[in-house]
Amino acid sequence: MSDVERRQDRSPVPSAFEYAPAPESREIVRLEERYGLFIGGELVDPRSGEYQPTVNPATEEPLAEVAYAGPEDVDLAVTTACDAFQNGWSDLPGSERAKYLFRIARILQERSREFAVLESLDGGKPIRESRDVDLPLAAAHFFYYAGWADKLEYAFPNRRPRPVGVAGQVIPWNFPLLMLSWKIAPALAAGNTVVLKPAETTPLTALLFCDVLRQAEVPPGVVNILTGDGRAGAELVKHPDVNKVAFTGSTEVGKEIQRAVAGTGKKLTLELGGKAANIIFDDAALDQAVEGIINGIYFNQGHVCCAGSRLFVQESIYEETIAKLKRRMGTLRVGDPLDKNTDVGAINSQQQLEKIKELVASGEEEGAEIYQPPCRLPERGWFFVPTVFTNVAQSYRIAQEEIFGPVLSVLTFRTPDEALEKANNTPYGLSAGVWTEKGSRILAMAQGLRAGVIWANTFNRFDPASPFGGYKESGFGREGGLHGLEPYLKFE
Amino acid sequence: MTRLPVQKTYKLYIGGAFPRSESGRTYEAEGANVARASRKDLRDAVRAAREAFPKWAGMTAYNRGQILYRIAEMLEGRRQQFAELTGSEAEVSSAVDSWVWYAGWADKLAQLLGSSNPVAGPYFNFTVPEPTGVVGVVAPEEPSLAGLVGRLAPAIVGGNAAVVVVSEKRPLAAVTLAEVLATSDLPGGVVNLLTGRKDELCPVLAGHMDVNALDLGGVEGDRAELERLAADNVKRVVVNGDGQSPWHVAAFLELKTVWHPIGV
Repeated sequence: MSDVERRQDRSPVPSAFEYAPAPESREIVRLEERYGLFIGGELVDPRSGEYQPTVNPATEEPLAEVAYAGPEDVDLAVTTACDAFQNGWSDLPGSERAKYLFRIARILQERSREFAVLESLDGGKPIRESRDVDLPLAAAHFFYYAGWADKLEYAFPNRRPRPVGVAGQVIPWNFPLLMLSWKIAPALAAGNTVVLKPAETTPLTALLFCDVLRQAEVPPGVVNILTGDGRAGAELVKHPDVNKVAFTGSTEVGKEIQRAVAGTGKKLTLELGGKAANIIFDDAALDQAVEGIINGIYFNQGHVCCAGSRLFVQESIYEETIAKLKRRMGTLRVGDPLDKNTDVGAINSQQQLEKIKELVASGEEEGAEIYQPPCRLPERGWFFVPTVFTNVAQSYRIAQEEIFGPVLSVLTFRTPDEALEKANNTPYGLSAGVWTEKGSRILAMAQGLRAGVIWANTFNRFDPASPFGGYKESGFGREGGLHGLEPYLKFE
Repeated sequence: MTRLPVQKTYKLYIGGAFPRSESGRTYEAEGANVARASRKDLRDAVRAAREAFPKWAGMTAYNRGQILYRIAEMLEGRRQQFAELTGSEAEVSSAVDSWVWYAGWADKLAQLLGSSNPVAGPYFNFTVPEPTGVVGVVAPEEPSLAGLVGRLAPAIVGGNAAVVVVSEKRPLAAVTLAEVLATSDLPGGVVNLLTGRKDELCPVLAGHMDVNALDLGGVEGDRAELERLAADNVKRVVVNGDGQSPWHVAAFLELKTVWHPIGV
């Protein structure tokens, strides 16, 4: 057993923090044994003939079998989306498209508990987060873009905005339904039709969303959902009838997609990895900042592209901050995602767990000091104890590479300039956090940070009206807000 | 006896200076020996651009606008020279007017492209455009002056630094434009102009890991390979562009969204 695993085996949390189990009932979710591909308004058997189980990461038990789309399935879905675009959807008045989107937003609100439970079952995220973050934001995103559908001429005056056609969209497993909404809502508002591929480990809320489309009476073929793995995604982005590609996921795959669409003239937006700096100044409200650090890195098990995975603490408050941080980490409850008390749920997949372990081991080998609070993990399922590394050099892999897990690397700084220089020392540039009571310093730091989203005295906050996206190798294009419409339009 | 005129040596423009190619190579174009930039020259130009970027990006938009306007003034003063080089007075006029048009955009981009965003929470949330960094520009072969200006001005007006591979067949207007840029208070390194073989230089520019964006407008033939190289560091790539417009400028700008707390 490696050192890391042994440390996770420590004694249970102190009795003062014992909570009685408060599990959310999973009865609200009714699963089929097997799901087909959603093409032309119905679930159909895949031409590929392939099905694979999707697994509950908290128990390692299969939940259902889902179809894996092959090249013929992708072709059929794209052709269907093309037909739907040409035969009705693109001619529909914006005000009518808007009403479909408003309907979807309302139905998501009505069925939010069902979706939240399913999201936690399939993906491993705590029910508290899927219930209070993913679902409200997903519904809000549809509601926001619904309103734009009949106002595009006002959003882009004198530019004669037109839909681009078929949008091929590939989304990750960390916020399955929320990323679906970030992709589908602006695409439909702009008048496009969609073929979307959810991540292979989290297909179920996307499949349940097909039922929302049915209830909202969205015309068949306007939204098509292809479950499957990376092969289906690769087929989708290179399909000649896809006019616009949108991808959220790793920088590595993002580069492959950019290469795949090279020379085709397809519109492309990429929302890729990150290694966000969270910068704490000595005048910050420290208890509030510590909550922000915790939220920044342990929210959704750290499976967040904009996670605050590099903590920069001003040296004068270093000892105090680390002490408070460690104390707070001791109160994090790791375990059953469906338990309403759980703060940190299951790691999404075995593969991801191995990647986290490998990077954590590299941090120890390179000389960083590891701390993991006493914590008892469930016997089954994929879990990882919230971890913090101190004594980290900027060159260490844990300070450079995206871990995408509950692992924080702490570095220090003395002056604002030093903080900026260190924070910007990364090929990524998705997000950053600044903690200080001084408003002018917030704005000065925000100006100097080379990142697309800057949170001041908060972290990991999202809103449909607020554009999101990266600098440098974190990708290009924005999702959310007025700016999120543009990638789905062409201008005459 | 007629006077023997003094001829100009046509050199590169890198970091505000006029070096020959480090390779010592030249090629003949438009009746002159023109420097044939090497891969090393291109890398030097990217370094110069990266060094110049923070100062240029940090200037006030008003200041940048005045410098672009100054470029127009200097160009206007040399109308005759450029008319001879390009063979078209109309082209020179259009190039001058293009600088003036973009000069006026410098302090308006943020108002057109930015926004304040009504989020559900106690935050003043706003989005501002910022320069992406170093932009690699492949200028069109023709028209040699107006084509260059039409791609260069939008690349730099928002605060980016540029490395430009200029017209291969008609490079003289570009080299002479460098003299205009050098006398317009434009900080050295903000614009770097390379003459030479596009086949040799463009792949290096497209694959360079310290170039943030690419304008391939002047590439004749297959751009796909250059676009593939651009993916190595997720460059923003413009293939055709939107003509003379702020949207062309926007292609080289990032959007930064700030959540500023509201409280007492």
